[in-house]
Amino acid sequence: MYFIRRLIFAIPLLLVISALAFWLVHIAPGGPFDRERAPASPEIERNLEAKYHLNEPIWKQYLRYLDGLVHGDFGPSLKYRNHTVNDIIAQGLPVSMTLGSLAFCFALGIGLPLGFFTAARRGRWEDYTGSFLATLAVCVPGFVLAPFLIVVFAIKLKWLPVALWESPAQAILPMIALGAYSAGKVARLFREGMLNAMQSEFITAARAKGLGENRLLFKHAVRIAVLPVVSYSGPMLADLLTGSFIIENIFQIPGIGVFLINGALNRDYTVVVGLALLYAVLLIALNLVVDFAYTWLDPRVKYE
Amino acid sequence: MKSASASSRKPEVRSQRARVLRWKAIFCVLTSGFCLLASGCIRSDPPADLTILNGAEPETLDPALLTGQPEFRVVIGLFEGLMQLDPNTARPIPGLAGSFEISPDGRVYTFHLRTNLVWSTGGPITADDVVYSWIRALNPATASDYAGQLFYLKNGEDFNAGKIKDPLLVGVHAPDKFTVRVELNRPTPFFLDICALPITYAVPRQTIEKYGDRWIMARPLPSSGPYELVYWRLNDKIRLKKNPRYWDAAHTQSDIIDLLPVGSPSAALNLYMNGQADIVWDKELVPTELVDLLLKRPDFHQFNYLATYFIRFNVTQKPFDDPRVRQALALAIDKERIVRKITRAGEQPASHLVPEGTANYLPVQGLGYDPARARKLLAEAGYPDGKGFPQFEYTFNAAAGGAAEIHQNIAIELQQMWRDQLGIHMDLRQLEWKVYLSAMDHLDYNLARSSWIGDYNDPQTFLGMFTSNDGNNRTGWKSAAYDTLITGANEQTDLKKREQIFQSAETMLVSNQVPIVPLFFYVGINYFDTNKIQGIYENILDDHPLQCIRKVSPKSTAQGPN
Repeated sequence: MYFIRRLIFAIPLLLVISALAFWLVHIAPGGPFDRERAPASPEIERNLEAKYHLNEPIWKQYLRYLDGLVHGDFGPSLKYRNHTVNDIIAQGLPVSMTLGSLAFCFALGIGLPLGFFTAARRGRWEDYTGSFLATLAVCVPGFVLAPFLIVVFAIKLKWLPVALWESPAQAILPMIALGAYSAGKVARLFREGMLNAMQSEFITAARAKGLGENRLLFKHAVRIAVLPVVSYSGPMLADLLTGSFIIENIFQIPGIGVFLINGALNRDYTVVVGLALLYAVLLIALNLVVDFAYTWLDPRVKYE
Repeated sequence: MKSASASSRKPEVRSQRARVLRWKAIFCVLTSGFCLLASGCIRSDPPADLTILNGAEPETLDPALLTGQPEFRVVIGLFEGLMQLDPNTARPIPGLAGSFEISPDGRVYTFHLRTNLVWSTGGPITADDVVYSWIRALNPATASDYAGQLFYLKNGEDFNAGKIKDPLLVGVHAPDKFTVRVELNRPTPFFLDICALPITYAVPRQTIEKYGDRWIMARPLPSSGPYELVYWRLNDKIRLKKNPRYWDAAHTQSDIIDLLPVGSPSAALNLYMNGQADIVWDKELVPTELVDLLLKRPDFHQFNYLATYFIRFNVTQKPFDDPRVRQALALAIDKERIVRKITRAGEQPASHLVPEGTANYLPVQGLGYDPARARKLLAEAGYPDGKGFPQFEYTFNAAAGGAAEIHQNIAIELQQMWRDQLGIHMDLRQLEWKVYLSAMDHLDYNLARSSWIGDYNDPQTFLGMFTSNDGNNRTGWKSAAYDTLITGANEQTDLKKREQIFQSAETMLVSNQVPIVPLFFYVGINYFDTNKIQGIYENILDDHPLQCIRKVSPKSTAQGPN
């Protein structure tokens, strides 16, 4: 019941987001057809505006957009005039989602063991080393890490390709570059969670009952400690799945992240609003999944 | 009691174990699912004969809509006009039309199509197809940015503006299957150049009428040029394969060509150095910080380019409404220092707007570097040693990659030169690209960074820009005398006289009135190994017909002499 209600609330939320995005991108100075070379006559500009209905009042344009949206049509791109926004999403999203999923697995695959390990060895040198690595991963931005990885693994060692998106080997470096931040974040969250859980009363009780330390960690603490990671992983997955401008640009990956940023720079109205909506839908959906996972993991949590 | 608790705990432990197992199972399924997904989405293709890094992702491949060079460099392979470009000089040579005649008054062109023209999907290319393509480009519903390139046609502009509805009144007709007759408003010496521009290329009527705006996505896509479009994956790759039905297919050098959009210069350089690309042909793909080092390599090629970097004055505001002030600022710029210290790719300092090497024209020299005269002029204008000169702004745009840094460094350099030489103070104002364009259009600036790339190889593409009503003027400078000169030049059929008129116009622009200050001429840079790649020639338009380019392996060159 609770989840159905959440789903229903999502609809007005998306409407507000689309209206806001639509309005914001339209009031920005400059338009999609402003170029360095002005057209030879004012009529050329008028023809362009008429073709894409930019000469109508903005509310009318928005209603027209909503009408398209109801029919599953995100409209034509104003920059890539042979393509619709649907084309752009259909071509770019699978690529970004693939890379994002890989990065998500990488983040959990590295972050969870590292967090667990550092928590279990708290205060020893293993903890300091691991925590340092996790902090480093969080601090180093993608535009530094990615070129570093390329120089070391692609140019010096020649183990992996420098860029492009054709073979699985080409996914490895961007996956690491994209997932490193999240991996560090997951490790830190999980370590914190573990330490907190280990101090909670039910663990003390279990310990008093004579449970072994390993069993305490694996069977009891983990379930509680993983909760902050779970709530973080919803937005994290949404973020990773929708692509990263920097990583896609550096590795020449044909994903959707480049389009969102360039769409805004190019005043490609339909692309910006379409991708903002896509991002919002993903975020809402994944947050729902997170809440659902909570009820499953933590018996103390119940939604009414 | 004890046994009861033991028995009650056991199922709980079991269920916990089951839960952990379930977790592990879910994790494994997810991981393997993602891996499958990854291997599924990543695709493999047969290798191409040539891989070219082409710069920005093309906005469109529709010849009537395209505006940029990355688009043109693909479309030049897919469609053809009455004329095509000579790969050596980028001058127009016969394309779909095997021959043509020009009337003595220079206003009527009669083109005779070759008789063996066929679409890549079969079916003849006729004069009607050419007429359809031109009318379509002018049609207001097509909304072509560059429709202006066909305004030289009789009634072209009025048809585009919707003032004339009947396409038969426009000056392009097909008296028979193989003849295209074109009527112009006035003699236009560069009209053959226009006939090699994409807006005139023959496009397939039936496909366009069937698929509308997305017609480029139709497969098979009928092409009139030397190549067919195999696929166009956004931001990923464009693959072309040889069109065996092209009229000159016997001379097409490579069978499969991949053109990759690349946004980052370092990625381009890495791909090239690792052998994943044969040719990189966009100057934007040369990392600016390395440009002087890279140009020392034999595979980096630098050449003159039909483009100028200049400054615009907003002449509607004080003190820049005074030509003496504008001249003073121009004379106080050490342009040599800018190209040597900042741009560093071998650019030539510019005292005039039309680049050296432009066809039909020998440029005039404008203002050089003369700080003493600059100070004198500024004093005459009422600002001795810059006293009382109002604070002003220099507007420049944020750009992608290295260009942004160059714009900024030039701005700082100018700021310093004018402070040191003239004692005037300037603030810098960097704007995002579209905001900058909007500021220029609304004359919301004092001084602004500008540049211009010639559309075709003729002084008109540069000098026509500063007539009073041209949308690209953007300085507020209006001169009836200048307008008369430009119109006069374009009425002229005698090329020598035309050149002289243009020269007086340019003198007015860069020496007397100075609404603009040219800083330097751009160079083009591309990189490829001349031992492996043949058929790319340095030309002022930096355009390279795809059908001429081929890769030679050491083996085939060895076989050559036999």
